[in-house]
Amino acid sequence: MYAQMVKSTGQAVRTRDDMTVEERAFQDRIDRGEKIEPKDWMPEGYRKNLIRQIGQHAHSEIVGQLPEGNWITRAPTLERKANLLAKVQDEAGHGLYLYCAAETLGVSRDELFDMLHTGKMKYSSIFNYPTLTWADMGAVGWLVDGAAIMNQVPLQRTSYGPYARAMVRICKEESFHQRQGFQVMLTMARGTKDQKRMAQDALNRFWYPALMMFGPSDKESVHSAQSMAWKIKMNTNDELRQKFVDETVPQAEFLGLSVPDEKLTWNEETEHYDYSEPDWSEFFDVISGNGPCNAERLKTRKKAWDDGAWVREAMLAHARKSRARREAAE
Amino acid sequence: MRDTTSALFEFLLRQGDNALVLGHRTSEWCGMAPVIEEDIALANIALDLIGQAKLWLEYAGEQEEAGRSANDLAFLRDAYDFRNLLMLELPNEDFGRTIMRHFLFDAFQVPWLEALSESSDQRVSDIAQKASKEATYHLERSEYAVIGLGDGTEESNRRMQNALTDLWPFAGEAFRDDNIDRAMHDAAISPLPSMLQPVWKIKVQSTFQLAYLTPPDSEFAHSGGRIGFRHTEHLGHMLATMQFLQRAYPGATW
Repeated sequence: MYAQMVKSTGQAVRTRDDMTVEERAFQDRIDRGEKIEPKDWMPEGYRKNLIRQIGQHAHSEIVGQLPEGNWITRAPTLERKANLLAKVQDEAGHGLYLYCAAETLGVSRDELFDMLHTGKMKYSSIFNYPTLTWADMGAVGWLVDGAAIMNQVPLQRTSYGPYARAMVRICKEESFHQRQGFQVMLTMARGTKDQKRMAQDALNRFWYPALMMFGPSDKESVHSAQSMAWKIKMNTNDELRQKFVDETVPQAEFLGLSVPDEKLTWNEETEHYDYSEPDWSEFFDVISGNGPCNAERLKTRKKAWDDGAWVREAMLAHARKSRARREAAE
Repeated sequence: MRDTTSALFEFLLRQGDNALVLGHRTSEWCGMAPVIEEDIALANIALDLIGQAKLWLEYAGEQEEAGRSANDLAFLRDAYDFRNLLMLELPNEDFGRTIMRHFLFDAFQVPWLEALSESSDQRVSDIAQKASKEATYHLERSEYAVIGLGDGTEESNRRMQNALTDLWPFAGEAFRDDNIDRAMHDAAISPLPSMLQPVWKIKVQSTFQLAYLTPPDSEFAHSGGRIGFRHTEHLGHMLATMQFLQRAYPGATW
């Protein structure tokens, strides 16, 4: 997850008749379930689409460090502090594998950072929401990582080899994070009156933003069809959102918390929950830069990057000097 | 016997608080480091230190026999009961100063933990052996970074020199023996910290030479942290953040 509204070619899916011989052979490989590797021929649209998707995913991991990083210094026990620190560290690690996967498509990490900092590339809308109490550390793990897993598990079978392999590793860690988040939530929900209140408040604030993570309804998603034909996207947004609701509602019941949706009911006929759509106008606001924390998150990331410039330059200069000194000594 | 026990408690707080306070400061870098690899490495170091703090403070709590857990000691003591070195509670400031502080501390911590691995107290020896492996890696890394940043560019050299000049007056506190140290030494639990100063000096001086850095020509050392007499103003702010939840919601389980 963490990739929303990734632009595809902007055109309808090409039919076999429209395809060149190379494109047809490429599509056949994908249809047979073969993995595409960095040195293989690929259509330019496939490459660009993947760079956008993997890049957006990588940026989400890096920006996603910030809302949880906000509580590392206030974690309530040594164990919770260590768990949270390890989780945020895993996210940095995910960012690293994903930038590496994107690099195999011919774009550098510095170029991707530059596109993030100049607003040319996006990251998931969810990280533009603030984390206000310790219960948010539970809600983020439980709901945000939970939603991410829904999308990422199928992406382990995605057609691009380096992306699929990065996803295998990421999924293992994400499901661990989700259980950890649920456990924080459970402790809060079974805790004191204040803690229960924090837990309910966190669910109230994160429920709809979590539903938005899957992107707008399929009816409005213009980029899905080509991505699905290329197996870059494996399921529709609505399928995944429904699966998330179906799995999460019983968990909320187990926690003794109420999902902030009056229309939420089990539908015997469809064997799914009926639920209210999130406020899509809010989603489009957040995506276009007007979420509660957009400006701040980007400013923080840019500051970290700019403040670190002298370190990166110095380490490169040191490497150059060391090489020159070695060569002079030989 | 009672005296050795309470001296041991103090000694354990010193070890635990050093790890806790530096671990906390290091954790403040999360998401803010100059490159992703550094972010991951700093998180690793913070995790090692918090893990070490837990082991030392658990043992301290047991020695005290007042029923305090590691978490009680970490989250429910005020600044004057902390026993960490002053240098470790100072704010991070820039990356250079963060690295310089780690290096000055790691260069002490490696021989210190190696010596504690031979402690007459089995538990101290066990914790030290585990922590010693981590400290060796921390030193390798901070030493490499000090050399790289000292050598790198004019700007990086200037920043590292400033960091060294600022931190140097805090580096000596680790080696100032007091009665607790003497009691620990008499019981063969630890060496006297002053005994390690020559080894430390050789290490830091050789590194600074490779890094084109010059420590100030002064033996002056601030003190008051490890004896708990007078901390800096920064510790209180750090604890206000760190202890917020435990203080605001007493008795809750997290």
